[in-house]
Amino acid sequence: MSTASARIALVGNPNSGKTALFNALTGSHQKVANYAGVTVEKKEGTITTASGRTVTVLDLPGTYSLRARSPDEAVTRDAILGQLKGETPPDVVVCVADATNLRLVLRLILELRQVGRPMVLALNMFDIAQRQGLRIDLEGLARDIGAPIVTTVATRKRGIEDLVAQIEAKVEALANSGALEAANTWHEPSPAEIRQAHAEAQRLMKAHVRPAERPDTLTGRIDAVLLHPVAGLAILLALLFVMFQAVFAWAGPLMDGIEGGIAALGGLVAAVLPDGLLQSLIVDGLIAGVGSVLVFLPQILILFLFIILLEDFGYMARAAFLMDKIMGGAGLHGRAFIPLLSSFACAIPGVMATRVIDSKRDRLTTIMVAPLMTCSARIPVYTLIIAAFIPNQTVWGFASLQGLVMFGLYVSGITSALAISFIARRLFWRGQVEPFLMELPTYKTPDPKSVLRNLWQRASIFMNRAGRIILPLMVLIWVLSTFPYPPEGATGPAIDYSFAGRLGHLIHPLFAPIGFNWQMTVALIPGMAAREVAVGALGTVYAVANAEEQVGTLAGALSADWSLAMGLAFLTWYVFAPQCAPTLAVVKRETNSWLWPTVMFAYMITLAYLAAMGVYHGAVALGWG
Amino acid sequence: MDHLTPVSALAADPKSDPGEVRLSQARLGDRGVIASVHVRPDVDHRGLSADELERRLLELGFVEGAVLEVIHEGAIGRDPIAVRLDDMRVALRRKDAVDIVLRLTGDAR
Ligand SMILES: Nc1nc2c(ncn2[C@@H]2O[C@H](COP(=O)(O)OP(=O)(O)O)[C@@H](O)[C@H]2O)c(=O)[nH]1
Ligand SMILES: [Mg+2]
Repeated sequence: MSTASARIALVGNPNSGKTALFNALTGSHQKVANYAGVTVEKKEGTITTASGRTVTVLDLPGTYSLRARSPDEAVTRDAILGQLKGETPPDVVVCVADATNLRLVLRLILELRQVGRPMVLALNMFDIAQRQGLRIDLEGLARDIGAPIVTTVATRKRGIEDLVAQIEAKVEALANSGALEAANTWHEPSPAEIRQAHAEAQRLMKAHVRPAERPDTLTGRIDAVLLHPVAGLAILLALLFVMFQAVFAWAGPLMDGIEGGIAALGGLVAAVLPDGLLQSLIVDGLIAGVGSVLVFLPQILILFLFIILLEDFGYMARAAFLMDKIMGGAGLHGRAFIPLLSSFACAIPGVMATRVIDSKRDRLTTIMVAPLMTCSARIPVYTLIIAAFIPNQTVWGFASLQGLVMFGLYVSGITSALAISFIARRLFWRGQVEPFLMELPTYKTPDPKSVLRNLWQRASIFMNRAGRIILPLMVLIWVLSTFPYPPEGATGPAIDYSFAGRLGHLIHPLFAPIGFNWQMTVALIPGMAAREVAVGALGTVYAVANAEEQVGTLAGALSADWSLAMGLAFLTWYVFAPQCAPTLAVVKRETNSWLWPTVMFAYMITLAYLAAMGVYHGAVALGWG
Repeated sequence: MDHLTPVSALAADPKSDPGEVRLSQARLGDRGVIASVHVRPDVDHRGLSADELERRLLELGFVEGAVLEVIHEGAIGRDPIAVRLDDMRVALRRKDAVDIVLRLTGDAR
């Protein structure tokens, strides 16, 4: 092996602080290979040591055993055993342990020893251990487990230099000897072997760890409220309600600011550039396209902020506990709560986060219903239609009517997801149920820096996706709706003669029964790229079509052109329709089959069509046509 | 798997020893030491093999000798439950806890 570089992997129980340690080690030198809901995708980073060596660090999904039970844990096992395709095995395994919760990780360490790779134990959360008056005989323990121990406080970057030094020492020893410490004798332990390992771990605990003098009582006291059968559920619901009101109330001013900025920029460019094709491309295509992406970044940030804070605080596992019976009634696993909650931001991280669900069936069901959760890409569509058709009133003295309608849309997404999974379990799975076994971590104050880092990562992932998919599409729409030019002396709006117009007219008969006009069907086609594109597309379609008249905002244009029934049908369509090619692509990748994305597309589009038809005709019957 | 006894039928059978209780039957506040974790192979564990369920329970710390206390119950049907298991907290469903037998410590009931 090369002496200039080395690979290490962080492994440990969930919530032991692997990601925090990974951040402390690699700082900004890291890349998230993909959308991560929980620690799902492989995170890789690099450290440059004092001696100039480059060390690649892998942040692996948490596990209690190398005997993987989920795809997530399988990644960990394969990485440790060096069976991951296209990856060399780690030179050194860094086991990350929560110093205040050692019993289970000691058993994991015994398994890791069997793999025979050099190991360093990072005894993390040492600040909490000290506060609790926990006494650990580090030397004795290190001798017994046969690995050096470094105490760390990942969130304060304490012990990091020591840890790197120990890793380097191991790397050097390996380079000098050229052989592993021991042969790999790991195999899946039998129940008897697990019991034996527990006994050994228990012996290590007895010998080297003195129980905490001031054990944590805070978690118990908080749980008395948050897990209370009645108060707990009420708090969970209140939390979700606050989350969605906040997404609206707080994001509003920011969005107005961004919109104003984009409009001003467009005006500026329009003033500088001469009238014509180039001006139209830049102003109507590019600037408007970027604007339509940027404008809902505030909402995504606020939503993710809630999710990250709740996760780091330790509430997510409690939410899963509270929701398990309700989710279980619908045939979902309590753990599906986390992927489904992530799907409120975007179905893509949601679908990927389903890797934490052990059973394939539970996982497939969760993947299938994840896109029914109201993702943030629907928010611009909902916001636009709500602004156009729902009066901005206060009801019951405190709630905004627009917020309530939005809440209703979220509720219909959730309800239909539960209904679909209930049906799926009944029809296809016939009763297989995965056990719900989950550690409830101790509560922790979220670390502001890591929350911000996480938030930044998610925002940049979104902007990346937006930049790569949405922007080119906006230009494509511009082309489609600009060319060909209308003939000399044409009377109708220019877009009527364009490709987009023709395509819209072409598929329009299919959508007439659900109340859509051709502008709406035009917006659906580019809207397949991502739901929010529909807003830009409607903007382009209407702005181009009405360019001469300068009709105020898009919402104004829509409310002038559509009936309430049409607006409601469009909203309904967007609750159910599979208007997101990237989600289908991720489902294909996660299930490794075209079957599931096909099933997903088919059931969602059928549902959308029928529901929109029902709503449209219902509304017309009520006189809203 | 039609020949297998459903778990619900099993859950009803009282343990002969009055000081022992199945975790699936334990009440809020029950405290004790785990006496045995032997997942019965002749019972349907909803598609999971008994051996697999037993290993999962063991891996999460449900092992003979561990100290356990029921600390929370869900709102609907008192399910799932949360237990304090040695130094940690674990949530599980009652139907997965049938084969964990708890020896209650003195003052518990
Ligand atoms: N007090 C304290 N908190 C920590 C430490 N390391 C991590 N945390 C917190 O513990 C929680 C779980 O950490 P995380 O890195 O997400 O754990 P992972 O699941 O192993 O990746 C987060 O809220 C962290 O901020 C530490 O050394 N001390
Ligand atoms: Mg992590």
